[in-house]
Amino acid sequence: MVKKTLALAAAIIFSSSFAQARDQIKIVGSSTVYPFATTVAEKFGKTTSFKTPVVESTGSGGGLKLFCAGIGVKHPDITNASRRIKKKEVSRCAENGIKDIVEVKVGYDGIVLANSKKSEKFELTRKDIFLALAKDIPAGDGKLIPNPHKTWKDVNAALPAIKIEVLGPPPTSGTRDAFAELAMEGGCKKFKWIKAMKKGDKTLGIKKDKKAYKRICHTVREDGAYIEAGENDNMIIGKLEANPKALGIFGYSFLDQNANKVQGSKIEGNAPTFENIAEGSYPISRPLYFYVKKAHIGVVPGIEEFMNEFASERTSGPDGYLTDKGLIPMGTVERKARDKMVASLGNLKL
Amino acid sequence: MTELAFKGPSAEQLRRRHLAEKRFRLFAISSVFLGLAFLGVLFIIVAISGADAVRQAKMLLTISLDVDEFEEGKNSNSAQISKADFEGFIKKSMRSSFPDAKTRRMKRELSKLVSSGAAYELREFILTNPNQIGEEITIWVTASDDVDMLLKGKLNRDLPADLRQLSDQQLLWLDQLMEQNKLEMQFNWTLFTKGDSREPEQAGIAGAMIGSFYSVMVCLLISFPLGVLAAIYLESFAPKNAWTSFIEVNINNLAAVPSIVFGLLGLAVFLNFFELPRSAPLVGGMVLALMTLPTIIIAGRAAIQSVPPSIKEAALAVGASPIQAVFHHVLPLAMPGMLTGTIIGTARALGETAPLLMIGMVAFVVDLPTTFTDPATALPVQVFLWSDMPETAFAERTSAAILVLLAFVGTLNLTAVILRNKFETRY
Repeated sequence: MVKKTLALAAAIIFSSSFAQARDQIKIVGSSTVYPFATTVAEKFGKTTSFKTPVVESTGSGGGLKLFCAGIGVKHPDITNASRRIKKKEVSRCAENGIKDIVEVKVGYDGIVLANSKKSEKFELTRKDIFLALAKDIPAGDGKLIPNPHKTWKDVNAALPAIKIEVLGPPPTSGTRDAFAELAMEGGCKKFKWIKAMKKGDKTLGIKKDKKAYKRICHTVREDGAYIEAGENDNMIIGKLEANPKALGIFGYSFLDQNANKVQGSKIEGNAPTFENIAEGSYPISRPLYFYVKKAHIGVVPGIEEFMNEFASERTSGPDGYLTDKGLIPMGTVERKARDKMVASLGNLKL
Repeated sequence: MTELAFKGPSAEQLRRRHLAEKRFRLFAISSVFLGLAFLGVLFIIVAISGADAVRQAKMLLTISLDVDEFEEGKNSNSAQISKADFEGFIKKSMRSSFPDAKTRRMKRELSKLVSSGAAYELREFILTNPNQIGEEITIWVTASDDVDMLLKGKLNRDLPADLRQLSDQQLLWLDQLMEQNKLEMQFNWTLFTKGDSREPEQAGIAGAMIGSFYSVMVCLLISFPLGVLAAIYLESFAPKNAWTSFIEVNINNLAAVPSIVFGLLGLAVFLNFFELPRSAPLVGGMVLALMTLPTIIIAGRAAIQSVPPSIKEAALAVGASPIQAVFHHVLPLAMPGMLTGTIIGTARALGETAPLLMIGMVAFVVDLPTTFTDPATALPVQVFLWSDMPETAFAERTSAAILVLLAFVGTLNLTAVILRNKFETRY
């Protein structure tokens, strides 16, 4: 009996043909784009004769790493990203022979700071957010002190005297990167001498020190006011319901689906609504992209058709089905530029 | 000189001793009960929320299948039928039931009451009943997840209109449908027969179940024979020297290695070196086999040790070769113990997600896998993926998937207990 099982195991391992050709699109990348990419993939599989693409949620950075590993069927064809590809990543791609990449912008995603409906709605500015959540904050000119703020009232007298408690994603998340860049840095820049560090300013006598600038603006405090709540946004919403005093950071699509439980804070007077994010008046929003390996078009069937499906009006247009999933569509001008890119398979230009 | 006499404990000492005894028992019992209570509460919460997932709101539509909509009319073949505009049929039917939907916005709201999967259900129906073309048919189609949530009482209709997923007008239409008995809860077959979907009402765990089944099969086929042979060799044939004790220590260490490490190993060796396909249950099973192997070897050795040496010696004494003695006499007696170890190891492998993450099995896979190399997910992965979805209807499906996973693991453990009791030999 043992001999038979052994033989069978060996037979299975060695006989399966590891088909060198692949007839199914493989997509990796951002967990923020995942809900949108999967919607399109499913629709694509059901309405065309192609197989349904397989979508993996690896995070933007992880996805680009897999994407840039090489050309050939064992590497993914498309990667999603909730930020733009970096120069470093483009050169890593080039080292591995991936010279031609098509960049397709999908739309926008807003990052919201929300609290339970049982509490008062917050009205914040990016400066408030920075002063409440940064590890060190400026005191006077050119000096930094560890963040002393305990309540929101300490940050800004107009805010309620509630303890600062913010539930947000961990540093591995793209949402956290975007939050640091758009909300924290946006508030950080309001201090002239810090802003001057980014490019250097002779009149103020400040040297260029990009690293220090980034450290000051992006470092989140670690004394318990910012609570890392994991990548699962549903969990954050559950915790906000249980603790009406806390604020949570997550993507707009979750606010949209849970509007009966939580409310988004106004940032600089703009509520995180579909319209405000779409027209750009809500300040914390980021573009979403996907990148296509040009060398795979024509090798793996359906890539071009998939790109067209994603970029079509009925998908990511203002009334497209992705807007039901919480995607914020681009304006007409941007969409036209994108469509041209998709039609001509134009190369990525940074 | 004092007399040495046994005095015995005093009454006070006795009382304290008894108290300590009682206290110990109380602690032991309460810890057992506490454990049971946690397990019970967890199970009840999951079961209550998962129970809702087996029902799904369905809507009765009357659809006239106009002959002109099909390329060759009544004589259309399946390819020609598939080209018809099924979404159009559904929309038309909805609009004829509610002619009051006139503006674009209202029409859009109306079509959102039905799941986007309804068109595929209609296509399936016509493909199996092509003779119905040209007739007027009534068909139950899946309602959207928002309607489903409303019927399950999970959508509060007293909230202001901009805070709920359904508008006042949509509620009005739904009430009308309910009065006409055209909206009801039915058994959710989709959940058990379909693969993943981005629409909760179309999502199923069949894909994940097949993926789990394939992975566990591969895992068993590799780890059981290898583990048993390794255990037999180490226990009955290997010389006792520094080498074998080195191997022994390493096997014990391997059993304590975090599972994600095996995933990394799988990525480096199976995917990058051997170039096996990503996301395939074959690779998943191989990684899980690596993880289960030490458990099986350790359990197997313990099982062989528990067979009295007299049995082997008796066989050798009457002229059996060492191999005969082991395979004819020791192994059959050790088998129940080995099987128990294997099954418990497999049950652990069934609930693993971490190593699968590295080899790409944490993915959105719609098509049901048919071979060992097709992309697939596994049950725990499906739980993980659904728990992170924004739509509230996924919450109950997550619980349902957990229940199915628990049922699988429970069955495996029960098999282990039954096997042990059935084949247990007393000497």
